[in-house]
Amino acid sequence: MRYIIKTRILKGVVTRHMDKNISVEIETMGRELKSLIHKKFGKSLSIREIDTGSCGACESEIISACNPIYDLQRFGINFVASPRHADVLLVTGPVSKNMTVALKKTFEAMPEPKFIITLGDCALDGGIFKDSYYTQSPVNGIFPVACHIPGCPPHPKDIIIGLLTFLKG
Amino acid sequence: MLCQEIISGIKKTIPDFSVLSSLQAHPDEISLKINPSFFKEACLALHKIVPSTVMMLFASDERTKSRSFLLSCVFLNSKTGQWIIVNTDIPDENPHFDSLAKNMHSAILFEREIWEMFGIEPKNHPDLRSLNLHDEVWPKGNFPLRKDFKKSTDVTTGEYKFNKVEGRGVFEIPVGPVHAGIIGPGHFRFSVAGEPIINLETRLGFTHRGIEKLFEGKSCFDALRLSECVSGDSSFAHSMAFTHAAEKIAGILLPLQTVTLKAIFLELERLYNHVNDIAGIATDVGFSFPSAYASIIKESLLQLNEKLTHNRYLKNINGIGECSVEINETKKILILDSLKRIKYDFAELVKILFSSVSFMDRVDTTGFLRKKTAEDLGVVGLAGRACGIMMDLRKSYPKIYKEAGFKIAIQTSGDVLARLRIRIAEFDESCRLISEFIKKISDDKPTQTRPELKEGAALGYAEGWRGPVLYWVKTDAQGLIERCKIVDPSFHNWPALSYAVLGNIIPDFPLCNKSFDLSYSGNDL
Repeated sequence: MRYIIKTRILKGVVTRHMDKNISVEIETMGRELKSLIHKKFGKSLSIREIDTGSCGACESEIISACNPIYDLQRFGINFVASPRHADVLLVTGPVSKNMTVALKKTFEAMPEPKFIITLGDCALDGGIFKDSYYTQSPVNGIFPVACHIPGCPPHPKDIIIGLLTFLKG
Repeated sequence: MLCQEIISGIKKTIPDFSVLSSLQAHPDEISLKINPSFFKEACLALHKIVPSTVMMLFASDERTKSRSFLLSCVFLNSKTGQWIIVNTDIPDENPHFDSLAKNMHSAILFEREIWEMFGIEPKNHPDLRSLNLHDEVWPKGNFPLRKDFKKSTDVTTGEYKFNKVEGRGVFEIPVGPVHAGIIGPGHFRFSVAGEPIINLETRLGFTHRGIEKLFEGKSCFDALRLSECVSGDSSFAHSMAFTHAAEKIAGILLPLQTVTLKAIFLELERLYNHVNDIAGIATDVGFSFPSAYASIIKESLLQLNEKLTHNRYLKNINGIGECSVEINETKKILILDSLKRIKYDFAELVKILFSSVSFMDRVDTTGFLRKKTAEDLGVVGLAGRACGIMMDLRKSYPKIYKEAGFKIAIQTSGDVLARLRIRIAEFDESCRLISEFIKKISDDKPTQTRPELKEGAALGYAEGWRGPVLYWVKTDAQGLIERCKIVDPSFHNWPALSYAVLGNIIPDFPLCNKSFDLSYSGNDL
């Protein structure tokens, strides 16, 4: 406990430790994000993430976007455990045959109104896995996609920009 | 170990054993071609005399050339770092071979994979259910890795049969494929009586993308980007193993500068993943402060990667015979300064964790894996070292590790705490290795011409942060890939999780799982 308090005080607020320009940029975007979420979704936006065959780098970057440096949560974005609590389904991966049913069921379990955002290059059109025998159709061939966040994997900053584009649209 | 020694060793158990041909194409690789009737006995003999579990067992379709499939079994002499590959031809009519699985547990999954991908039947195999091609979506008798495979649009409605545990008060808890957190998909089925888990069956394959087939027909230069997408958190280890195979085929000897650069990035990858796992372990016991603290360290490592290579996950920098990053004096100072800060933070993190009695209580003796079980299953890498299995490819390859005085981290208790301790020891060791390696980097840039790729086959390997990543690559006369077999350490280690959780309570499952932190995408391919 002693250590925790000590390190907590010494470390300070880490969101400001980054490159000053980037922190300012993220803060500005974050404020915009917050006000849009407030207007459109009533205080918070809940996201359920689903991996349909990605290599795991996209998941790692989504987790990074929630770390104390970027801290998406302070802008009102929550990653939730159940699709029943979610407004947005965030899909990564090229949709392998084995995940098609799970993807459909997850989307069906979400309450209306619901949106799909795809994240990462292979979620757009299969990307590098496009010609595989085990990918049938990318997400936009199964459900309407509201927004796409490009990158392999996208930088946490790009994830914030992507979410902003979604909210403005 | 010389070729002759191996053959005479096998002859002790099989007196009439003979070899069709033997070849040492590369100094670290011995291949034997034998008659199919000797295959099983010879593999079992090698298993004992090397001694080694099955590191790889795979088939390739060579029916256009020789009307047969080639079956290869790979063993590793971990003392000398030498690989022994046993090959045999299996005639294409009603293809089958005697299963090794009942005598060597480490062959079970490989044989299941050969059966579903090639339709070569391992006779007397205890369990031939499908692995990656799920019965619900994939029609039977359709073997994708055969050369004459065609995409079909057939629909099917098969069903997977889970093992059942029956008895009074036993109930099942199915979990997944979609989990509560932000992680890959997999299905876990627990059989529970009261609180403790009495059986866990994992069903994976959800992220199967047919990567091995995608490699075929590509040049090694094109396929390199694909190898980086096999498992996103070990993209450098994968590309390093793949380029190692390609370099061996092309006959390139890497200049010291390039080897050193590759080793530095391999260690940087290990650093961010180990600290990420420590964050995960802390999260899974509900200890959020050290978890957040560790994720700050991870972020600073990722930012260091970005500053050095313009990529947070070390993609797009590795090449065949080269590593396209320049490390000048400013970058050297940047690395050393960042590592100094990171090491200080990491030491604080360890203090926070180890001074909490409730944390230690959760990790000590949890998820215990016996050394004997680990050896039988062929557990490799970090999870193996936590049970006392002394195996780390870095002991012998690349050579600069030995020169830098690389020390292998070893624990014997086999529980979550042991795996945590291995991570901590390896983190410190990696920091030390990087600062040693940096001294070797000089300003002159090695001149490199684009290598000519020719016909050949070779085994590439690298010790990633989870364990050994293996690539067996075979190219044709044009230098295009004919067959690429990938084995991620996760493939060896997933079965071990089912044994480690036995007797633990369900709430400790995430903790056990995270302490192994196996890759879904690397396993499913």
